[in-house]
Amino acid sequence: MTEQIGGSADGRRSERLRLGRRSILKWAFIAAASGAMGALAKPVLGAARQSPEDKAHQHTVAQAIGDTEKRVRRWAMIIDLRSCDGCQSVGKPPQCTQACVQGHYAPEPMEWIETYEAELPGGGTQFIPTPCQQCQNSPCTNVCPVGATFHSPEGIVLIDQERCIGCRICMEACPYDRRFFNWGQPTQPPETIFQTYNPENQSPAYKGTVMKCNFCPHMARSGRLPYCAQACPNNAIYYGDLEEDLATNGVQVVQFSRFASYNSSYHLKEDLGTEPRVYYIPGYGQNVGRNPYKKGRKPTVWSWQRSSDGGETWTR
Amino acid sequence: MDTVRMQGEHANHAHPGVTPEWRERLERRVLRPLAGSSPAYFAWVGFLVAVLLWAFYAYSQQWDRGLIVTGMRDRISWGVYIISFVFFIGISHAGTLLSAILRVTKARWQLSITRMAEFITVVALMVGALFPLIDLGRPDRVLNMIFYGRWQSPLLWDVLAICTYLTGSAIYLVLPLIPDFALCRDRLGPTAPRWKRLFFTVAAVGWTGTEAQRKALDRALTIMMIVIIPVAVSVHTVVSWIFAMTLREGMNSTIFGPYFVAGAIYSGIAAIILLMAVLRRLLRLEEYVTRTQFLCLGYMLGAFALIMAYANLNEYVTVGYKMAGEAGFHFEQLMVGMFSVQFWFYIIGGMIVPGLIILFPQTRNVKGICVAAVLVLIAMWIERYLIVAAGFRVPLMPYEPASYSPTWVEWSILAGAFAQFALIISVAVKLFPMVSVWEVVEHRGPEPGSVPMADLEPQRAPEPRSLPERSGV
Repeated sequence: MTEQIGGSADGRRSERLRLGRRSILKWAFIAAASGAMGALAKPVLGAARQSPEDKAHQHTVAQAIGDTEKRVRRWAMIIDLRSCDGCQSVGKPPQCTQACVQGHYAPEPMEWIETYEAELPGGGTQFIPTPCQQCQNSPCTNVCPVGATFHSPEGIVLIDQERCIGCRICMEACPYDRRFFNWGQPTQPPETIFQTYNPENQSPAYKGTVMKCNFCPHMARSGRLPYCAQACPNNAIYYGDLEEDLATNGVQVVQFSRFASYNSSYHLKEDLGTEPRVYYIPGYGQNVGRNPYKKGRKPTVWSWQRSSDGGETWTR
Repeated sequence: MDTVRMQGEHANHAHPGVTPEWRERLERRVLRPLAGSSPAYFAWVGFLVAVLLWAFYAYSQQWDRGLIVTGMRDRISWGVYIISFVFFIGISHAGTLLSAILRVTKARWQLSITRMAEFITVVALMVGALFPLIDLGRPDRVLNMIFYGRWQSPLLWDVLAICTYLTGSAIYLVLPLIPDFALCRDRLGPTAPRWKRLFFTVAAVGWTGTEAQRKALDRALTIMMIVIIPVAVSVHTVVSWIFAMTLREGMNSTIFGPYFVAGAIYSGIAAIILLMAVLRRLLRLEEYVTRTQFLCLGYMLGAFALIMAYANLNEYVTVGYKMAGEAGFHFEQLMVGMFSVQFWFYIIGGMIVPGLIILFPQTRNVKGICVAAVLVLIAMWIERYLIVAAGFRVPLMPYEPASYSPTWVEWSILAGAFAQFALIISVAVKLFPMVSVWEVVEHRGPEPGSVPMADLEPQRAPEPRSLPERSGV
């Protein structure tokens, strides 16, 4: 009896001792392993951290804050559908789309600003030029696993194609169908080789990454309107700054907020709560004398297709 | 000396019905595949490797030219890869269900098939987790997920959940293997290659079956079986969230999490039925994997058919009653439109027919249950096809609905995934005992009503196999 008790107590003590040694060894091992991991990981992580995003952020922050006396612009757009006839009157493809393609060298078949033709409730159609809506509660930036798509300080949604991994979950998330993927090696005109890439011009384009309208902040900062607004023959696109509450279509300067409310502006899919920066004034081109029952628009042209080689095109 | 003590202890723990002859036969039968392979086996492995090489060739095309070689485009921007990802992660729930949920409830009938189920889990996760990588437009930048990973993104949740689940289920596979590794170490004769015996000696981590070792293993298993259940549920919930976190019609829904978990378990049951039917035939395990196991899994398949039918009813009646806008378009393309054939195959072939097979005693047998399992597996792949391809087809803006047809590259890579799955299982069959011998010996014993199978060792005379097989329930 006593032997047994003594024996078990001994056993317990030795077990405790063994456990103590084991846990010391374990912690020593964990400490050594994590130290080694840290030492190995640091140069790798450090090198990677340097690259694309910081570059993009530095670029936008410097441009946005430094150049404009520490006031941050909040770029926004009003599209007056009363003046949009899908360029039927000029007999050309929608000039906003066309100018955007030419200015950004957008690979075929990307139409960063696409002119949709929507049915009107009473029959007939209206044209809706649709750039990226620059949502302030943007579903696309929320889901990006690597932070390749992000809000610039000016509130614009940009994509860093040097970081994008091409998972396309942002395309799934975008409710406006405003994101485009480089399914193959994109075709661009030869002059793109002179460009240095940054997220605000997205060119040269990278295979396997997502692209979209970037709202032309580089144009605005140098005092020009975006390509689409410049090219619109009916001056239907107003571009401006919510901070200064001003917008212009190149002919006329308006007070952004009043112009938007006095003309009953709305957002696309307002019920989703994405808070877009693009405002629409309802209409079907009546200001430029369009007959709503005249349907159809001309297809967009990518003029450099013949002069580029090594790239591929696809259909949407 | 050691061996004598070990056998004595095992005898103390063995199930009352276990006789030394029965146990000897079980061990021989289970360890037999580990001792050597037939030419047919090598032919089969060669075939699988050929399929896999073909898939590598297809992927090399995609690596070279980009995702343009697939049928995906801007408007239907996910396809076969993401569909198969969801499918394989789904069938990985087989192992958790059988060996964790049933172990927690102290069920014993499943002990002879838990090993296979746990292998399905680990291998399906290994195969399924590759698909998001195959789907990437820039596979060269995959490490950005680590360097710049954002926890706000559902894809990161997937990475975390799947890695956790893979680690957990691998531990959960290896733990109950330890006593069986020891068995292999002790029983495999000199006919087995040296490296194999060395492998088992190392893998058995010095298991001799002492009380302290048994206690430690028991505690580890108890912890793992409880931990793995919420992990498994979370995995398929976050898989559903890569869809449900968006504003798309047919995906923006609260039912998606439970719906995906139920669908995962449903297809997991079908996968284990199919694998155990194949392995029981090839490894001659009919004495241990009997009608009992098929019937029990069949009943579970039937129960989950009802759960799935109920979930689908909820999903489509609430939408179809209102036919609101885009939801109405989606409902129509499923019911009568472009996807109606697949949809009705999914509903009828994937739930009603399997349910009826289980319902009627005439069809409720091994063959019938296997047919039901195959139907369920096909239907569940199609279900994911409907979620992804049909869900993405709903136009977001005023444009003509897009269409999607997978290319040969996508089909080849899918075939390669199945080959990879079969290949890993085929190799595992030669390295690991496919029945958890110690658990069957200790907790189950002989299957009620099972017929002793003739031993196929050449030196023994084959026994007659004319006895009728009876129900074992």
